[in-house]
Amino acid sequence: MSIGINWLKYSSPQAFYPLAGRLIPWFACAAVALMGVGLYMGFFVAPTDFQQGEAYRIIFVHVPAAWMSMFLYVVMAVWAGIGMGLNARLSFMMAQAIAPTGAMFTFLALLTGAMWGKPTWGAWWVWDARLTSELILLFQYAGVMLLRTSIDDVRRADRASAVFALVGVVNVPIIYFSVQWWNTLHQGASVSMATGSKMASTMLTAMLLMTVAFWLYSIAVILARVRCVMIERESLPVWNDDEKPAVIQEVVEAR
Amino acid sequence: MSGSSMWEAVSGIIRRDLLLAMRRRSDAAMSVFFLVIVVSLFPLGVGPEPAVLRIIGPGVLWVAALLACLLSLGRVFTADYLDGVLEQMVLIPQPLALLVGGKVLAHWVISGFPIVLLSPLLGLQFGLSGESLGVLVMSLLLGTPTLSMIGAIGAALVLGVRGSGLLVALLVLPLYVPVLIFGAGAVTSSMAGIGGEANLSLLGACLVLSLFLAPWATAAALRIALE
Amino acid sequence: MAVKSTHVPLGTLPFLPLFFHASFPYSRPSLCEESLLLQAVALRCSRGERRLFTDLNVKVERGSLLAVVGENGSGKTSLLRIFSSLLPPEQGSVLWGGQDIHQLKELYSGQLTYIGHLNGIKDDLTLLENLMSAMSLAGEPCSNNGAKEALEGIGLKRPIHHLPSKVLSQGQKRRVALARLWLSTRPLWLLDEPFTSLDTAATDVVTQRLLMHLQRGGLAVVVTHQEVALPAEVVQRLRLMG
Repeated sequence: MSIGINWLKYSSPQAFYPLAGRLIPWFACAAVALMGVGLYMGFFVAPTDFQQGEAYRIIFVHVPAAWMSMFLYVVMAVWAGIGMGLNARLSFMMAQAIAPTGAMFTFLALLTGAMWGKPTWGAWWVWDARLTSELILLFQYAGVMLLRTSIDDVRRADRASAVFALVGVVNVPIIYFSVQWWNTLHQGASVSMATGSKMASTMLTAMLLMTVAFWLYSIAVILARVRCVMIERESLPVWNDDEKPAVIQEVVEAR
Repeated sequence: MSGSSMWEAVSGIIRRDLLLAMRRRSDAAMSVFFLVIVVSLFPLGVGPEPAVLRIIGPGVLWVAALLACLLSLGRVFTADYLDGVLEQMVLIPQPLALLVGGKVLAHWVISGFPIVLLSPLLGLQFGLSGESLGVLVMSLLLGTPTLSMIGAIGAALVLGVRGSGLLVALLVLPLYVPVLIFGAGAVTSSMAGIGGEANLSLLGACLVLSLFLAPWATAAALRIALE
Repeated sequence: MAVKSTHVPLGTLPFLPLFFHASFPYSRPSLCEESLLLQAVALRCSRGERRLFTDLNVKVERGSLLAVVGENGSGKTSLLRIFSSLLPPEQGSVLWGGQDIHQLKELYSGQLTYIGHLNGIKDDLTLLENLMSAMSLAGEPCSNNGAKEALEGIGLKRPIHHLPSKVLSQGQKRRVALARLWLSTRPLWLLDEPFTSLDTAATDVVTQRLLMHLQRGGLAVVVTHQEVALPAEVVQRLRLMG
C-alpha cells in the first residue's frame, strides 16, 4: 500500500500540516462511531456481573483509558527519542501534542477507578497498586508539561522535556513493580482490580471496541493539536525565509 | 594515558567540590538541620504514642531524608552554571558523563552521607531497635546515592529556568518513589521480623541502574541547558 | 607523556589529542599541519525569535586570528559558542581539519581553550586554586609554580595569589581567567571579550600573548568590540550586522 509514496516527505512540518488536516475527520468520525457501539454494548448488551452488579460497567471506560495512558507515554517517549536522535522538529511537536491527551486518559482512568471503587470497596480511593502507579504516571505527565511551559526557548524546551520523558519511560516499569511489591508488603489494603477470571465475550468485545475508539480519538486529537503547535511555532519570524544579508566580511589585506 | 587524564579531571573536580564545601560548611550543615527539624515535627503532629511512632518511624525518616536530598539539589550545578565553570566542564576532552558522576559523588559526600550518619540517632527518637537501626543505615547508604543520581538529572534540566526550585521537586519526586518504597520497606520488614534483605538488594539494584544511566541523562541535560 | 608518532589525519585514532595534547602543536609543528584549520560552512543561527546570521562562511588558518566585531546582540557570542561546540548551529557546520566538530566531540575539545564572558572563578577559592582547578578540569594539569608564573605573567603579584578570589576586582578576576592562556598548549583559542574590564597594561600583555600564540602557529577567534592591536596581516575581521 505504501509503495510509491514518499513517506519521508511528510517528516517536514509544512508537508505534514495539510496531511494531518485531511486525516483528522476520518479518525474523529471513526472514533465517535466505535465509541457509540462500544458504549452501547458495554452498557446494554453485556451481562450484569453477579458479584458487582451494574457498577462494574465502568470498566469499559476505565480499562481502555488506563491502557491508553501508559501506551501514550511510551509513544511520547519514542517521539522524544527520535527527536533527540535525528534532531527532527516534527518529532518534538508530536511529543508535545501527545502529553495532554495522555494526561487526560490518566486522569480519566483515576476518576473512573475512584467511581468504581466507591460502590465496590466503599472508598473513593484505595492504595491499590495499579491506581497508585496511575497516579504517579499522572505526576510524570504533569512534569513533562510543566518543564516545557517553564522554558521559554522552544528548542531547549523540546529537548529538556524529551530527556525527562525518556528518563520517565525507564522509570514507569520500575515504579509499577515497586508499587506492586509495596502493595503485597502491606497486606491490609489488598484489593485487586482484576474482574473475575471469566469474562463474557460481549464484555471483551465492548472493551476492545472502546480501546480502538480511544486510539482513534487520540490520533484525531493529537493531529489537531500538532497542527496548533505548528501554527504557534510557524508564526515566529524565524520561519519567514526572507533572507537578509546578515554578514559583511572584510578581510584586511596585508600591507 | 587517556585513562589517567580522565581520572585526573574527575578526581580534580571531586577535590575542588569538597574544598568548596569545606569553605562553606554552613551550606552542607543546612540539609542535616532540615532533616532533624522535619523528623522532630512528626511526633509533635501525630502525638507521642511510642507504638504509633514506631509504626510510622521508617516512613517518616525516609520521607524526611528524601526531602533533605531534594533541597540540596539546587547546589549540584547552579553555582557552576552561574559563574561559567559549567561551560568549561562541558568542554573537557573527556566524556562529560564521567565528570558528572564525580560531581554527584562529591555532592553525595557533602549532603547525603551526613544524613546516613545521623539517621541512627533519629531512629532512636522513633523507638527503632538495634537491628532495625542497622537496616535503616544500610538502606540510606544504598538509597541516598540513588537519590542524588536521579536528582542530578532534574537539577540539570531546570538550570536557569524560572521557578526552578519548585519545578525540580515536581520532576524528581515521582522518580524517587521506588527508592522510597524499597528503603522504607526494608526497615519496616526488618521490624516485622521478615528481614530487610530483599528490599536492600532491590535498593542496590536501583543504585547500580542509576549509576549507569543517570550520568548520561544528566550530561545530555547539561548540554541542553548550556545551548 | 607518551607521544605517538603520527601522520594520520586527525580523528582516525579515537583518543588522539589525549596522547599528545601537552606537546601539541609547538614541539611538533609539522604535525597534522593540514588539520589546523577552522572553517565555518553556511552557518545559520537564531536566538529566540531573532535570526542573527545566515549563510556565514569563514576560514581561520594557522597563525591567524579572527576578530568578530559587531553591535551588542548581533550574535558575536553565539558565533563563538557555535565554534566552541557548546551551541549547535541551526544550519551549517563547523569543521576542524575538515571534520565536523560535533562528530569529533571530545577530540575537538582537546584542541581548544575557551574563555567565555563568564570567568569561571570561584569566590571561595584562592587565585592559585582557581587557576589550577581550571587547568586540571581542562585536562592540562599544571604545577604550583607553573600557575604562579602564569598569574605573574598577566600581572597578578605573588602576595595576592593566596587570597580568596572574592576580594578581587572585576579586572583582576578577568586576569585570573585569562592566566589560563599562559599555560594553554592548545592550538585553538576562543576568547569572548577578553579585554573587558582590563586596564591598558593588562590589555597589552594579553595582546602580546595572543601574538606569541599566533607566531607559534596557533589559531584564535576573539570576540571584541575594541580594536585588537595586532599586525594587520594576521587579523581577519568579521563584522556581524545582527
